[in-house]
Amino acid sequence: MSTTLADLIVGEIGIIDDIPIDSVPLKLLEMGCLPGKQVELMQIAPLKDPLYIKVNGSHLAIRKETASLIKVTKIKNLCDILKS
Amino acid sequence: MRHSEVINVALVGNPNTGKSLLFNQLTGLNQKVSNYPGVTVEKKTGTSKMQGEVFAKITDLPGTYSINPSSLDENIVLQTFIGIDKKNYPDVVVVVADVENLKRNLFLFSQIKDLEIPAILVINMSDRMEKRGISIDIELLKKELKSEVVLISARKRLGIGKVKRAIINYKEANTLKIADIADRIDAQFFKELKEKFNDTSLYKAWLLVTQSHNLTSVPPKFIDRIESFKADKVKFNKMQNKETILRYQYINHILKKTYTTDAEKATGMRHKIDKVLTHKIFGYLIFAFILLLIFQSIFDWATVPMDLIDSTFANLSEWTKNQLPEGVFSNLLVEGIIPGIGGIVIFIPQIAILFLFIAILEETGYMSRVVFLMDKIMRRFGMSGKSVVPLVSGTACAIPAIMAARNIEGWKERLVTILVTPFTTCSARLPVYAILIALIIPQQRILGIFSLQGLALMSLYLLGFTSAIASGWLLNKTLKVKGKSFFIIEMPAYKIPSLKNIVFTVLEKTKAFVFGAGKIILAISIILWFLASNGPASFDNAEEIVKSKVENKQLNKDELEKHIATYKLENSYIGIAGKAIEPAIKPLGYDWKIGIALITSFAAREVFVSTLATIYSVEDNENTNTIKERMGAEINQDTGKKRFNFPVGMSLLVFYAFAMQCVSTLAIVKRETNSWKWPLLQLFGMTALAYLASFITFTVLS
Repeated sequence: MSTTLADLIVGEIGIIDDIPIDSVPLKLLEMGCLPGKQVELMQIAPLKDPLYIKVNGSHLAIRKETASLIKVTKIKNLCDILKS
Repeated sequence: MRHSEVINVALVGNPNTGKSLLFNQLTGLNQKVSNYPGVTVEKKTGTSKMQGEVFAKITDLPGTYSINPSSLDENIVLQTFIGIDKKNYPDVVVVVADVENLKRNLFLFSQIKDLEIPAILVINMSDRMEKRGISIDIELLKKELKSEVVLISARKRLGIGKVKRAIINYKEANTLKIADIADRIDAQFFKELKEKFNDTSLYKAWLLVTQSHNLTSVPPKFIDRIESFKADKVKFNKMQNKETILRYQYINHILKKTYTTDAEKATGMRHKIDKVLTHKIFGYLIFAFILLLIFQSIFDWATVPMDLIDSTFANLSEWTKNQLPEGVFSNLLVEGIIPGIGGIVIFIPQIAILFLFIAILEETGYMSRVVFLMDKIMRRFGMSGKSVVPLVSGTACAIPAIMAARNIEGWKERLVTILVTPFTTCSARLPVYAILIALIIPQQRILGIFSLQGLALMSLYLLGFTSAIASGWLLNKTLKVKGKSFFIIEMPAYKIPSLKNIVFTVLEKTKAFVFGAGKIILAISIILWFLASNGPASFDNAEEIVKSKVENKQLNKDELEKHIATYKLENSYIGIAGKAIEPAIKPLGYDWKIGIALITSFAAREVFVSTLATIYSVEDNENTNTIKERMGAEINQDTGKKRFNFPVGMSLLVFYAFAMQCVSTLAIVKRETNSWKWPLLQLFGMTALAYLASFITFTVLS
C-alpha cells in the first residue's frame, strides 16, 4: 500500500506523486496542490480531521478523505526532524 | 468644451490580498453597493479621480483563486470577463496580489492576461517583504509578464499614485497573452478551437466551451459553436488539470528568475499562533470566549443606544402628533410610519456590533482557524466547518447569514446550513424575548450575580443553537441530495485588521440591512395601521353602536372613548382576522389580540411588539405608558387574571424561538436555492414545530 497525504505525521514532508483528477476538484490544484510539489503536514485538527497542509507556498486545510486520495513519497520523516 | 474621461476598471485578486483595502483607498467614500442582475451577489463600484478630468469607475469583483468558478460569487468574475454585459466590459484589469504568495496569485493573473485584455499586476503588502526575506526583480518581472507591475502597500498608502498612473496609461499596456501552453494541453483541439473562434481570444473561447454550464447566458453568435465543441466532462476535466499544471510550470519558470525568499523567515510567527489558536483545548476555549464576548457586547453595549433610539422615536411621535392637525395623514405618520422606521433603526446598534466582530474575525484570519476547528463537529450535523460563519451571523440577521453560506462547496452541506440558520436567535426576536421575559420572569439574582432574566435570555439563545444543530442532524439523515461534499480553505497569514476596511464593511452591511429588511418592516407597519384603522360597516358606525349600548351606564368621556376604541379594534379588518384564528391559537393560550400580533409578525417577528403596542394603546389610561406596563395590565376576560401569565409567556417565547416568521428570509432562501421547495419546507416545518412546542409548553405549565 502506498503512502498518502493522510498518513503523514505532523511535521513530516512528502512529495506529491499523484492526484486522481476525477475525485479531487480542480480548485485544489489551482490553489497550488500539484504533482511533484513538496507538501508538509503542518497540523491536524483536534478531532483528527481536517488536515492543515503547506504546499507550494499555500497554507490550506483539507479533509482527511481528500488527503487520503493524494499519494505522496515521504522525504523527511519524524525521526529526521527530531534528530536535527 | 472639456470632456471628462471615464476608465472602466475591474479589480480582481485572491481573497486576503488586501484588494478591498486598495479599493477603499482608491475610492474613499465614493462607493455604491448594488446587486448583479439576477443574483444577490453584491456589486461594489466606486469612482476615483485619476488626474484632471480623468476618472476611473472601479468595480471590486469578488475574491477568487481562479477564473474557473467554484461558487456563485466567483462566477461573477467569469461572467464579467466573458463579456456578456458589453457596456460594463472593463477597459483595464487591476490584479491585486499578495507578495508572500505571489506564485498562486500569478496563476489568476496569467489567466486574465491570456484573455488579451490590458492587465496591471499590483503586488501588495510590500511592507512585509523585508521581514519575510523576499526580494523581487520588478523590471525583469515586467518584461517576463509583458505587463505593468506595481509594488504597493495599501495599508501604508505606498504606491497608490503609481497604481493610478498605470490605470491612466492603460492604453499603452499590451494585450499579449503570456502562458503559451495551449499546444501542450491538446494541440489538435486548440487548433480547431482557434479556427472556429477566430473573432475572440483563444482563452476566452476555451472558457466559453468549458464553462458554458456556469454561464447564465452567452453571446448569441457563440451558441452554435460552443455546442459543436461539447465534450464529456472527464475530457475537459483532464484538460483543465493539464492547463493548471502547465500554468504553474510557466509561473515557476518566471519566478525562479525574479523572486527570492528566505524560507526560514516565512512562516515562524504564523505557526506559533496556529499552535495556540487551533490547540485541542485552548482552541475551543478561545473560540467560546470570543463568542461570549460577542454576545455580551450585543446585549450589554447595545442597550444604551437602543434605549436612546426607542425614546427618541417615542418623543418624535408625540411631538409630531402635537404639531400636526388631526387627520388621516397625521395618524398614518404618527401611528404607522414613525414607529415603523423606529422599529428598523432600533436594530442598528446590535447589527453593527455583530458585523464589527465578524469583520475583525475575518480580517485577522482567525475565522479560517475556527472553520478548521469546527469542521469535524459540524459534519456530524450535516454541515461544514464553514457553516459556523452563517450560524454566528444568524444571531444578527438570517439574511446576510444565508448569503454567507455560499462559500460552502458541498451542495448538501450548504442546503442544510441554509435551512437551519433561521433557528438561530436573530436580533428581530430580541425585542419579543425582552418584553416577554420582563413580563413573566421576576427581576431576581441567583447567587447574587446571575440575573434570572439574563439566564432566561441565554437559555433562549441556546435553544436556538440547539434546534439548529438538531435539525441539521435530522436533515442530514433524511435529505436525499446528491453531490459530493468537498472542503478546502486557505489558512491566511495573520494580519492586524485595517481600521478603514472594518469601518467600511460595518457601514456597508448595516446600510444594506436597514434598506433591505427595512423596506418590508415599514411596509407592514403601514398596512397594519391601515387594517387596524379601517373596517366594514360596524367599524364606521362604532360610535353610535357603543353609545346606544352603554346608554344606561353612567360613563365619563374618557371611559366612553375607551369603549369606542376597543369596539373599533375588534371590528377593524385586523380584528376580524384575529378573531378568525382565535380557535386555532386558543390551545396555546392566546387570545385574538395576540392572534393579530401573530398574523402581522409572520412577515417580520419584531412587528409583534409594535402591534401589541398599537392594540393595547387604545385601552391606555393615564398610569400606564410603556408597552410593558400595558401588556402587564391586560386582563384575560375568561379568568379575570393577568393575560400574560407564566404559561402564556413561556408558550409565546417557545413559539417565537421556532416559528419561521420572516418574509425576507423566505425570499432569500428562494433565491439562494433557486426553488420554492426549500423555503416552503422551512415555513411549514418550523411553524408546525412552533405550534406543537408551544402547545406542549402551555399545557404542561398551566
